[in-house]
Amino acid sequence: MGGQEPAAASHDGPAPVLVRLPPHLVVLFPGADRLVPVNASSVAEMVDGLDALWPGMRERICDETPAIRRHINVFVAGRRARLSTLLAPGADVFVITAISGG
Amino acid sequence: MARQVFVLVGTRKGAFVLESDATRRAWQLRGPFCETWPTNHVVADPLSGTLYAGGGNEWFGPAVWKSTDLGASWTHSSQGLAYEAGQAPVKSVWSLAVGADGSLYAGVEPAGLFRSTDGGVSWTHIDGLQKHPSRPEWNPGGAGLILHSLVLDPADPNKIWVGISAAGVFASEDGGATWEARNRGTRADFMPEGQNYLEFGQCVHCLVMAPGGRGRLYQQNHCGMYRSDDGGRSWESIEKGLPSSFGFPAAVHPRDPDGLYLIPLNGDIKGRFMPEGNAAVWRTGDAGASWQANRAGLPQGGAYFNVLRQAMATDTLEPAGVYFGSNAGGLYASTDEGESWDCVAPHLPTITSVETLVLER
Repeated sequence: MGGQEPAAASHDGPAPVLVRLPPHLVVLFPGADRLVPVNASSVAEMVDGLDALWPGMRERICDETPAIRRHINVFVAGRRARLSTLLAPGADVFVITAISGG
Repeated sequence: MARQVFVLVGTRKGAFVLESDATRRAWQLRGPFCETWPTNHVVADPLSGTLYAGGGNEWFGPAVWKSTDLGASWTHSSQGLAYEAGQAPVKSVWSLAVGADGSLYAGVEPAGLFRSTDGGVSWTHIDGLQKHPSRPEWNPGGAGLILHSLVLDPADPNKIWVGISAAGVFASEDGGATWEARNRGTRADFMPEGQNYLEFGQCVHCLVMAPGGRGRLYQQNHCGMYRSDDGGRSWESIEKGLPSSFGFPAAVHPRDPDGLYLIPLNGDIKGRFMPEGNAAVWRTGDAGASWQANRAGLPQGGAYFNVLRQAMATDTLEPAGVYFGSNAGGLYASTDEGESWDCVAPHLPTITSVETLVLER
């Protein structure tokens, strides 16, 4: 994990992070947005939030390992993140389809 | 009421639908659907006309797509289409079939079987197949450890046959709870001499059931073509008279249990294309005792394409239509039981599957 990891949130409930989704993921979920604020203090919680907004999005981003899918990259503060990566309040999160997948 | 014929095409870049009236002379092509995902199989529920497309995307994983308006709009789901946590994840859907009781089945990679009783919205793993004692020894074929052939008994929803590359044919008679290998008589030429007839491990390429309800199956194997008259318990070679023992698809005549179509390729280590570059669909009307090559309308010379496992099908009209799609993207149709052919869509992406639907509208 990088030096950007936040300390545990001291307020009630996680603060929003800003998630950017790739177009070919958004197109699978009618009404989904490319730029989404989600209350989450970890990538796993962010995926929970996205799945609550658009049921089924979890299965597109994660496999049953459970892990982020092999050819999906989630970037936080310039580094590849895992489901366990913690998110600072207001973090910018990029969900990107890897070139290795197509 | 008029009959409409639909040819459902799975490709490496989405699903396509071709539509014609019953003359089958003019085809309208629609697609690509399913957001151009690699699509391994497109099938229809013949009663409702609902279309299902199974595939998988390297980024987003496996899914079954569904259309209740003949392809105009699609939804997708993979809820429950997953193994237990910690196992190798499901990569892609390879085969779909609609059962006599309305259940929808999906065969996946790595090989396993799932069932949906709510029209593809949610899925349950039929784990009995993976509990077969041979499971630790299953080896992938060239396309992976794929469950590509899925045969459901038209009358008894408890009877299921699957073909897995390269684990062989397995059957269940209790709705998937328990399974037995059914490969006796099929060869594994890739094993050491003297070890070529195995209980399991054969490289089945396509498994189909003859009409008539008498338990007749045919299979195109990596190593030969076979007929079984006892539900797969024993197999008899029917490759004599064919130009090679290697090919991928098989399709049965819709009414004649002795009628079968095959597309032999030149061999598994010779490029796997049409023998001598001349395309032919081979037909038997006597359950494999004799074969005739049908070439009229097919490319003769320079035909270095192949036809994949699930890429040939018949329709239910009289005379029967026969259809196949090539890895080079050509879709060919015959309206005279395979005797003569037309290319009805020359430039599709690599075709993975062909199925048909006939509706009264």
